[in-house]
Amino acid sequence: MGMTASQKILAAHARLDEVKAGQLISAELDLVLANDITGPVAIKEFKKAGADKVKDNKKIALVMDHFAPNKDVKSAEQCKICRVFAKEQSIENFFDVGKMGIEHALLPETGLVGAGDLVIGADSHTCTYGALGAFSTGVGSTDMAAGMLSQKCWFKVPSAIKFELCGKPGKYICGKDVILHIIGLIGVDGALYKSMEFCGDGLKYLNIDDRFTICNMVIEAGAKNGIFPVDEIAHEYMKGRFKRPLKIYEADPDAVYDAVYKIDLSKLKPTVSFPHLPENAKTEWNEIAVDQVVIGSCTNGRISDMRAAAEILKGRKVADGVRTIIIPATQSVYRQCIDEGLTQIFLDAGAVISTPTCGPCLGGYMGILAEGERCVSTTNRNFVGRMGHVKSEVYLASPYVAAASAVAGKLCTPENI
Amino acid sequence: MEIKGKVFKYGNDVDTDVIIPARYLNDSSEKALASHCMEDIDPHFVNNVKAGDVIVAGDNFGCGSSREHAPLAIKASGISLVIANSFARIFYRNSINIGLPILECPAAAAEIKAGDEIKADLSSGLICNITTGKSFKAEPFPPFIQQIINDGGLLAHLAKNK
Repeated sequence: MGMTASQKILAAHARLDEVKAGQLISAELDLVLANDITGPVAIKEFKKAGADKVKDNKKIALVMDHFAPNKDVKSAEQCKICRVFAKEQSIENFFDVGKMGIEHALLPETGLVGAGDLVIGADSHTCTYGALGAFSTGVGSTDMAAGMLSQKCWFKVPSAIKFELCGKPGKYICGKDVILHIIGLIGVDGALYKSMEFCGDGLKYLNIDDRFTICNMVIEAGAKNGIFPVDEIAHEYMKGRFKRPLKIYEADPDAVYDAVYKIDLSKLKPTVSFPHLPENAKTEWNEIAVDQVVIGSCTNGRISDMRAAAEILKGRKVADGVRTIIIPATQSVYRQCIDEGLTQIFLDAGAVISTPTCGPCLGGYMGILAEGERCVSTTNRNFVGRMGHVKSEVYLASPYVAAASAVAGKLCTPENI
Repeated sequence: MEIKGKVFKYGNDVDTDVIIPARYLNDSSEKALASHCMEDIDPHFVNNVKAGDVIVAGDNFGCGSSREHAPLAIKASGISLVIANSFARIFYRNSINIGLPILECPAAAAEIKAGDEIKADLSSGLICNITTGKSFKAEPFPPFIQQIINDGGLLAHLAKNK
């Protein structure tokens, strides 16, 4: 029986010729990741096991991004635990303020992850790297600790759902609309425990940032991982960044899928997920006034997203009363925004620009919502209380829709400002 | 390991943000986590929960963020078992890894009500609703997973069996 691309990567890392859905395997990891929230718990578990040295100090990444630059004393202590550990263990890929960016934008950008890799991260959005043809998945801190100890992890081999993307998306349609549409279609547990594999001739219209956005949010459908084929677009991105040889795995022609969905990209409309689940995807709505707009995060904080926001905000002003917070995901994206004149556009429009941080996405800091307030956000979750008060609301959207909503003062598509 | 307690009942898609809101993740001590457990879905939970009590929920329990703080908070609050129709993947794995007993049992998840008193046996998967007298059978974990849970989690288990 044929294997899916995800299964092939798992088989190769378990040194097996073949694996089947449901099989339990132990596999070698190319990289294990944690951040300033999950890292301290992983370090505590690591020490609990009586361990003193990590297995491979080159294959661990620690990124201080969630509550950094530190928001309070407690979060400063959390970062300090990671900093001390990184020094003690000579961890090469330790990213602190000044070098750090939002982890899932930073690791691909710095070439630490690439095609054919097997990566676990103590962060649910670790699934992002599937855009480069890697198998990457989120785990908890204990699995991260065991990964640092052994450079291995056990997996239950997932079955898969195939998504055939065809057609050319219209103007202002990007990766965010694609994935919100798909989550709306299959639900927040529609891919529970499974892989989501993307293919089809519509892929050529999705740039690498669109693909990062799509893979980033497969966890919001419950998936274990998402993965794209390694085509010219992926090659182009990895060229000069990813230092190890590319390992390219394609699904066998006779690979078995639990379901196949065909998505015509030309029919997609700007899509917004309403409170309080990412599956509440809508393309039409009545007037919804907005108090805050956030453009950034591991979902949509890359340069394409910044350009999309700038395209809408150029020569316009954000509406009175809409706090508009723009967060380039990494130092490099931040610099590009300056070099390309995007920061000027954002400032002229009345937006604020922040150093990279996950802050507002998870209700940490830098844009907490009060009772009854609404935010249009390019982030990934709109759960109850996600960005602040339990009676606040988050509307998930693309950077185009978020920027248009900032200008209109209400939830709005770019065509309608 | 026999479990006995009163039921706290919740619906589908209970996410880890409502189990332990991110605003409290700047402190990973068990005591701090327990003091805010379930705060955004059930503000009275922390005051009402007693050691041994049980959470029963619908589909996709623990979806969203991979934060291990979520099962840690539930365990530290005194909850002895979570029964659900289904669990989100990362939460499922994290629960085993930190030694929080969980059982998947659609019939029990559907029929057991808030406030019922139940008992459960993890080695057999047998769940008994003491209030109504009705019994349910969940698929128990294989012995090696039960051992991890009994030892208090994966790394404690590894340290013990070194």
